[in-house]
Amino acid sequence: MTQQGLATAPLESARPPRERGLVGTVVNSAWPVAVGLTVAAMMHVMLPTTIGPFYTRIVIDSGIAIILAVSLNIVNGMTGQFSLGHAAFLALGGYTAGMITFYGSLLLWNSPAKQGGFLGSGEWLFAFACLMGGIVATLAGYVVGLPSLRLRGDYLAIVTLGFGEILRVILQQTRPVIDSVEKLKNAGAAQLWPPPVGGAVGFNGLPKYTNLFWVYAFATFMLVVAFRLKRSSLGRAMISVREDEFAAQAMGVNVARIKVLAFMIAAFFAGLAGGLYAHESGLIMSPRDAGFQRSLDYVLMTVLGGRGSISGVMLAAIILTVMPEALRDFDQYRLIVYALLLIGMMLLRPQGLFGIHEVWDWRPRWRSRAATTRSMPAKGGRPNA
Amino acid sequence: MSLLVVDNLSVFYGAIEALRGVSLHVEQGEVVTLIGANGAGKSTTLRTISGLLPPKTGTIRFDGQTIHNWQPHRIVKSGLVQAPEGRKIFANLTVDENLQLGAFLRTDRTAIRADRDRALELFPRVRERLNQQAGTLSGGEQQMLAIARALVARPKLLMLDEPSLGLAPQLVRTIFQVIREINLAGTTILLVEQNANMALQVAHRAYVIEVGRIRMEGPAAELAASDEVRKAYLGAH
Repeated sequence: MTQQGLATAPLESARPPRERGLVGTVVNSAWPVAVGLTVAAMMHVMLPTTIGPFYTRIVIDSGIAIILAVSLNIVNGMTGQFSLGHAAFLALGGYTAGMITFYGSLLLWNSPAKQGGFLGSGEWLFAFACLMGGIVATLAGYVVGLPSLRLRGDYLAIVTLGFGEILRVILQQTRPVIDSVEKLKNAGAAQLWPPPVGGAVGFNGLPKYTNLFWVYAFATFMLVVAFRLKRSSLGRAMISVREDEFAAQAMGVNVARIKVLAFMIAAFFAGLAGGLYAHESGLIMSPRDAGFQRSLDYVLMTVLGGRGSISGVMLAAIILTVMPEALRDFDQYRLIVYALLLIGMMLLRPQGLFGIHEVWDWRPRWRSRAATTRSMPAKGGRPNA
Repeated sequence: MSLLVVDNLSVFYGAIEALRGVSLHVEQGEVVTLIGANGAGKSTTLRTISGLLPPKTGTIRFDGQTIHNWQPHRIVKSGLVQAPEGRKIFANLTVDENLQLGAFLRTDRTAIRADRDRALELFPRVRERLNQQAGTLSGGEQQMLAIARALVARPKLLMLDEPSLGLAPQLVRTIFQVIREINLAGTTILLVEQNANMALQVAHRAYVIEVGRIRMEGPAAELAASDEVRKAYLGAH
């Protein structure tokens, strides 16, 4: 051991210093982003014609699930705060983005229909709406993050669960959608408040902008942030809070700030994914999407993938998106299968498929050593990576 | 002026008064030890100084500033760093990542690197295991890592909470030797210990704490020679 240790130490310091700081972050993130965007564009151009609309839809769903599960993993996996309300951020982002595209289109183009083709004006409005959805969700993430300063474990889970249920009930009380410019101009306060987003029937008539390109462009964005976070000082601080709050404090980590920040980052990407979800064809954003059921789906993905393992959670997100489709005939048993999966997982591999490791850590020891010190690998936008 | 002055500190856990007016001071360059039995209030004192517990009454001054109402991270940033009791390393992170967390509040990369190298020189065993998961280290190695991690924060005053806890006698000697080396290199140390014998050998001055009160204080050698301390803490008859 001594021999080996002495041999590795100088090797390590001989490594060329990586770019650091803000410039370094941009430089090191640029190529994964470029790769991810290229892959996303290629998927958008090639996949629908080769695999058909049904499988395209599954690939889109997988991408959205990846964003949600990996972002939830920042709170549940990295920071160790058990949240059961992730779908609430999805719904908040989805409704916000939906309002912007729907009423924005109505005011700009007199019709809520799609405008322009690939990367046309309508799509840019959509992308902007998704970002706004993310920002609104971030603000909610701040509010929901606050109880995490005083509550732990089960109690925090109950509070976040309550947040989702409260949002679900509030969304049910909203006004019907106003679908023409004239009605919108003549609408009084009674029609506009609570916001006209469809109430219990859901937000109908949204332009269906979501396509492979935007899903995987945003997924790339999310994954680059997640991987960089995991290797960063902030990410280590989050993990230190999960491992031992007391020791984290002793190291000078502002535990309160880290927890709230984790909630905010996760909420941002959930809101973003909500925007994508709301504009996906064949789906109607409804109050139910804020509820417990959907939150549980994403919790399951993080548990299955492994606390803090980004690639593991990605894999789990894909598996749990594809599996219900494959088992569509047994749809009514889906929840039973999920529950069995969870129980089996807790018995056999309580740490998740990959624990805290990434997929590429599973190599012979001498290689994995190099892998752990390596810079961020590209996992741009491939759904089956 | 003293580096650390604790004056008349009272701390409550609910209705239980854990500290009843503790006063102590640490001068620049000293090793001061706070010895006492289980539950005497040693760790409570350290936790309160670190800002993890709020004092009911009393003041804490460090490096010319009043710190007893500061947040823990701000206190760490001012150079008052604790290696907590029971090691409290981050078991699922590598040894290296643990060390990087020690430098969490610092941004001066070259200086961090130098401090990290210096800490690793003190603990060659830790250097051998840099890429290993910290949870796989032995108890002694974990303690070494905990101290090394605190050193990477470049403390003006390093507070060690029971560094000998649960370690083999051989390792205890190694740890105390390193504590002396750290002090000789210029770091002031406040050492909390149940192992009064070892602590009094390393320290310049000592305080004896009993049920939340300072009972005795003085040069370590004097206390080690006193009958009362010998009877109560050093196992002499």
